[in-house]
Amino acid sequence: MSPTILLLLAIGLGLAGWLAARARAWTFRRASPDGRISSLPTYHAWYVALWVTLPVLAFIALWSAVSPGLITQSVLADPAAAELPAFGFQRDALLNEARNVATGTAPAVFNPKATVLIQPYRDAISFYGSIGIAATLVIAFLGGAWAFLRLKPDFAARTKVERIVMAILLGASLVAILTTLGILASLVFETVRFFGMVSPIDFLFGTHWGPDPMARAAAVDGSRYGAIPLFWGTIFIGAIIAMIVAIPLGLMSAIYLTQYAAPRLRAWIKPALEILAGVPTVVYGYFAALTIAPAIRDMALAVGVSNPSSESALAAGLVMGVMIIPFVSSMADDSIAAVPQAMRDGSLAMGATTSETIRRVLVPAALPGIVAGIMLAISRAIGETMIVVMAASTAANLTANPLEAMTTVTVQIVAMLTGEGSFDHPATLSAFALGFVLFMVTLGLNFVALRVVKRFREAYE
Amino acid sequence: MNERVAPTRTASFEARLQKRYAAERRFKAIGLGAILFSVAVLLFLLATMTLNGIGGFQRVEMDVPIDFTQAGIAADPTMMAQPGAVNSLQAQGLPEVVSFYASQALGEEAAAEIGPDAWRDVAAAIIADPSILRETVTFSLPTSADLASGYSGEGSAEMQALAQKLNDEGKLAKNFDPGFLGRSDATNPQQVGIWGALKGSMLTMLVTLLMAFPIGVLAALYLEEYAPRNRWTDLIEVSINNLAAVPSIIFGLLGLAVFLTLFPSYRSAPLIGGMTLALMTMPVIVISGRNAIKAVPPSIRDGALAIGASPVQVVFHHVLPLALPGILTGTIIGMARALGETAPLLMIGMRAFVATPPDGLTSPATVLPVQIFLWSDEIDRGFVERTSAAIIVLLLFLLVMNGLAIYLRNKFEKKW
Repeated sequence: MSPTILLLLAIGLGLAGWLAARARAWTFRRASPDGRISSLPTYHAWYVALWVTLPVLAFIALWSAVSPGLITQSVLADPAAAELPAFGFQRDALLNEARNVATGTAPAVFNPKATVLIQPYRDAISFYGSIGIAATLVIAFLGGAWAFLRLKPDFAARTKVERIVMAILLGASLVAILTTLGILASLVFETVRFFGMVSPIDFLFGTHWGPDPMARAAAVDGSRYGAIPLFWGTIFIGAIIAMIVAIPLGLMSAIYLTQYAAPRLRAWIKPALEILAGVPTVVYGYFAALTIAPAIRDMALAVGVSNPSSESALAAGLVMGVMIIPFVSSMADDSIAAVPQAMRDGSLAMGATTSETIRRVLVPAALPGIVAGIMLAISRAIGETMIVVMAASTAANLTANPLEAMTTVTVQIVAMLTGEGSFDHPATLSAFALGFVLFMVTLGLNFVALRVVKRFREAYE
Repeated sequence: MNERVAPTRTASFEARLQKRYAAERRFKAIGLGAILFSVAVLLFLLATMTLNGIGGFQRVEMDVPIDFTQAGIAADPTMMAQPGAVNSLQAQGLPEVVSFYASQALGEEAAAEIGPDAWRDVAAAIIADPSILRETVTFSLPTSADLASGYSGEGSAEMQALAQKLNDEGKLAKNFDPGFLGRSDATNPQQVGIWGALKGSMLTMLVTLLMAFPIGVLAALYLEEYAPRNRWTDLIEVSINNLAAVPSIIFGLLGLAVFLTLFPSYRSAPLIGGMTLALMTMPVIVISGRNAIKAVPPSIRDGALAIGASPVQVVFHHVLPLALPGILTGTIIGMARALGETAPLLMIGMRAFVATPPDGLTSPATVLPVQIFLWSDEIDRGFVERTSAAIIVLLLFLLVMNGLAIYLRNKFEKKW
């Protein structure tokens, strides 16, 4: 039974409760001598509707997580399932096929062995489907009846509804904490599993990266999991090459836009920079791989470099730098705008030219904000995935030559998790360890940067 | 030196001043140069994509007249309306009929290069209008990938020669291909389309919107209007600010470790993709929502409170409607970012080859950016143009969304 039907049922029942409760409240209102009751009829209606819908929604969430397992269990308990292979890929494939036919997503089974399972699946699905509907109805009825019986002329429905609304608001804002905890928990859990197989020292300080997803998981060669080349590639592409492009261009763009540009020019340039920031990274990646990387290779050949890589770190870094320009520019823009006008006016009044004011007064005064912006930009650059996946290499190289192929943390995460390896293999788990390192580094950069920005704003307020 | 200048204006002073003015002009020029560079890169990127992409909306076709009166294919309208119609036409030998008439019209050598799935186009035409079986109809059928690359002057020498010959005879042409917007992924670049990926993107975005918008708006209302100043509120704020800056690939790891463990049978379904992207979009909506709520002047709240509204009524009857345009602007921008996002969806398995458009939130799907990524990995040259064409479609969608956001901002922005 699909959750959609249960959801529609919940909404329908809630609407019924809403209408019934409002009608009831209106009878109170007509019966009362001064035509007033303690809450408006709408609040009585919402009170009942919330008592019908919320428990049902909770049940649906639980049921949609539990019922597929129950259905599979009951199919496996059927005598027809005794013929199945004990476990493994084929068993899952057979079960899947039978389920698809039973639910009507596939016209017929491909493997005749799955045919016998169709009927048990149909039975189980309809059995648990009816249980789901029955339970929904019972829960809705109980909640609705309980709420409905509490309605009285002097019932403070508004207070109750508002209390529920506040609880929902609080719940919504807790989702952010839950997400953070979820990220931390999943990364830490898998990282600990990884460090059970490969020593953290090998991982953090080893200089050779070459996990073999096909190797036996029992005998792990820790020396193949040295992540230093990945860290270096990430820093070289994201924090060095990209920043060499993004910092001067972004800073100068911000200065020109805030201090020199006529309003009409600014009205055109700002949206253009916003477009540059809004281009999806997969488009930048394609641009880097298709246009920039071959051009750099040809240029390197032309100046006599022997055997330059067609997946050079330079191509990925340059395009990433262009992607970051609008980000640096808007951060610098904000910090320069936060410098009090009096400081600028004072400098100009002393006879300094505009550029001298900018270089000697505005930029030094805005420096903490600019530095924080650059830190945020770096954290974004090292977490960027698609440009490096498409334009950089998967070969780990510990070199300072920008024309060589290099790989980054994010490239390896994608490579390890989209490969053929099983979920218990250290090569797959290493992606989570890399993700954990990436998460901690970006977290640290963001935390420090936001602190600096906050202190800096306060200093001029 | 002119006499009317002040006595401090000595020759060395003038020289210094000239130098300072020159430095000023240089500085200004560098600033303008920086901006022009960014704009130039943007234009170059768009121009590259457009020039490559125009070819992606076309395909190489050959005209094949088919005389259905002689073909012996039967199709009654009721059966053609059923899902198995294509299979029934295949069983009646439609592929052979197509290749027979192709070799009659074009010769054996060229007929072998009619795309292997070209008969499906004919089948689709028959299903759309069974009455064409009583007449002779000329179809423009796609060629094989080899002949198509021969037409573009690449690929093997024989194919180039064949393409040249057919072109000289006027039998081969590159035509606008409206089917590109209506088909799904395929192995032959001549037969691919983006409808499957586009539909997957729309379903994913629907899930993202339905989850991120309510949660984001409610969280923003709570934090801005009701939250007491204490450690819990600080913790919520810190986590929201951090989530907004966490690399998107980390959300993919979260989706992989949590959602796919909870719902293993929904691998590569829009539901899971949408949930993952919703977690990523929610902080963006919260932050922009809080700014919009903050911009509503306190006098509105005071006025409503003064005439006896409860705090919840103040917010839901007055503050929220006034802040809604700002919240919607932020939501659209967040959704545009989610629409272009690729990395987290790669993590949760939306990179599978999906040849049919998804028909629900739980069926396997891919999305437009992932489709672009997959095509960019293909070796066949035909995919280069197709990839650029898909990028143009994606950019158009983003342009429309951002344009809508800017329009909303300008139309409803109020200066209190």
